[in-house]
Amino acid sequence: MHPFRYSLPGALQDAVDLLAEHGEDACPLAGGTDLTVGLRHGTVRPRIVVDLKRLADLRPGVSAENGAVVVTAPTVLTELTAHPTVRSALPALVEAADVVGSVHIRHRATLAGNICNASPAADTVPVLAALEASVVLEGPEGSRRLPVADFVQGNRSTDLRRGELVAVVAIPLPTDPCGTAFARMTRRRGVDLATVNVCCTVSHDGTVTFVYGAAAPRPVIVRDITGTLAAPDADRAAVDAVLDQILGRTTPITDVRASKEYRLAMLRVLSLRALHRARERLATQELARQEGDR
Amino acid sequence: MTDPHPIEVDTHRIEVTVNGERRTVVVAAYTVLLDMLRDTFDRTGSKECCAVGECGACTVMVDGLTVNSCLVLAVEVDGAEVTTVEGLAEPGSLSTLQQAFLDHGAVQCGFCIPGMLMSAQGLLEENPSPDVGEVREALSGNLCRCAGYNRMFEAVLSVAEDAR
Ligand SMILES: Cc1cc2nc3c(=O)[nH]c(=O)nc-3n(C[C@H](O)[C@H](O)[C@H](O)COP(=O)(O)OP(=O)(O)OC[C@H]3O[C@@H](n4cnc5c(N)ncnc54)[C@H](O)[C@@H]3O)c2cc1C
Ligand code: FES
Ligand code: FES
Repeated sequence: MHPFRYSLPGALQDAVDLLAEHGEDACPLAGGTDLTVGLRHGTVRPRIVVDLKRLADLRPGVSAENGAVVVTAPTVLTELTAHPTVRSALPALVEAADVVGSVHIRHRATLAGNICNASPAADTVPVLAALEASVVLEGPEGSRRLPVADFVQGNRSTDLRRGELVAVVAIPLPTDPCGTAFARMTRRRGVDLATVNVCCTVSHDGTVTFVYGAAAPRPVIVRDITGTLAAPDADRAAVDAVLDQILGRTTPITDVRASKEYRLAMLRVLSLRALHRARERLATQELARQEGDR
Repeated sequence: MTDPHPIEVDTHRIEVTVNGERRTVVVAAYTVLLDMLRDTFDRTGSKECCAVGECGACTVMVDGLTVNSCLVLAVEVDGAEVTTVEGLAEPGSLSTLQQAFLDHGAVQCGFCIPGMLMSAQGLLEENPSPDVGEVREALSGNLCRCAGYNRMFEAVLSVAEDAR
């Protein structure tokens, strides 16, 4: 491996100072499940690696407060998916986080790392975009908040500025009933990235949102406000017509994992699967609400 | 190609417990845990194969959680407890899980087995009575080129059932 310096700052401000001082020569290190691969392959060649795992004022943890789930940068995915509020209120996030690599990977990998790595195939990103999650960035100029969907700008590209790091990821908890589901296709579970993936949300007013991963350089967000897809007894031909339009917004490519044609075909299958599950979840929530009203 | 800006090797003194033995060692920033275990601690049970987190041959436990030791820097385990396959039983003896692998004919060339054992051990510590789906999921990060997966699943399940 190309030599680099390793630093273990004890506070958020020290980490920001180090990142600001070294700019492009510095790399934050969370779980290292992407970074260490890059270091080994020489695709990233930092002169200094800044480990974010021992910041006294940014301990690993998940909290549910003020209508949002807040996940700090050093929180590993297995801790995220074990959190009771995440399990009960954000099932699609659990579905996505649970398929990131193997359990060994998930014992190290973080949500912030999955976002910052900005792979088009990142599994949690479509869900975070669909749930309108944001990242809170800390940097030399202070902190700023950005929707995940805007923060991820393209293949391996984010809006991270010199000296900045993602301190927390904040995911708003839906206030009205909203069904959400994640679906993905991969060549081998536990080892390979997604060939394509999708998160679908169906809100109580009939809006259906799809966010596709590995279907373009950045997540593709498409909405259907006609109500066609949300209807439980939707006519198959009408659904297909809407899906044709929706999938027309994706621009999948041919690579080692699949051809462009196969990706498109699978995007349709996964869209229907995710839609079906999201509708079921919405129906369950609406039923629970009606019973609560009685 | 020579580096126009060579960096002096950055070394760190870390204290780490490997299979119950606590030691202070000096490691370079770029040394991965797997190399430290094999070269410094002479614990060569953990294998290197893909070196990018895909095969699981290097699986060890850090503070009770299974990890790919090829993707963890040695400096990151400062203060931690690491368990390798050598730590599963006293030298010269086998753990129940190891014995079950032999009894079920789950070991062919053996290269993947240390990692498989650590993954199975990690699962059983968290969930003493897994079903076959949970066993498959827990071992999904470990590849076996001899492909004796079903015998391994049976071995793990036999230990789970015996424990009940
Ligand atoms: C075998 C294998 C299988 C995988 N399978 C999947 C999969 O199925 N799905 C999937 O989505 N991913 C997968 N991955 C990729 C990886 O595990 C995830 O992207 C993971 O979430 C990255 O998190 P990390 O904490 O390990 O990030 P790191 O490797 O520590 O960092 C990743 C990048 O983000 C930067 N970074 C990290 N944290 C911050 C922060 N807080 N602020 C600013 N920058 C930061 C780092 O500098 C680096 O550039 C796989 C990886 C491997 C090795
Ligand atoms: S050598 Fe570590 S996962 Fe393959
Ligand atoms: S026994 Fe040969 S690789 Fe698994």
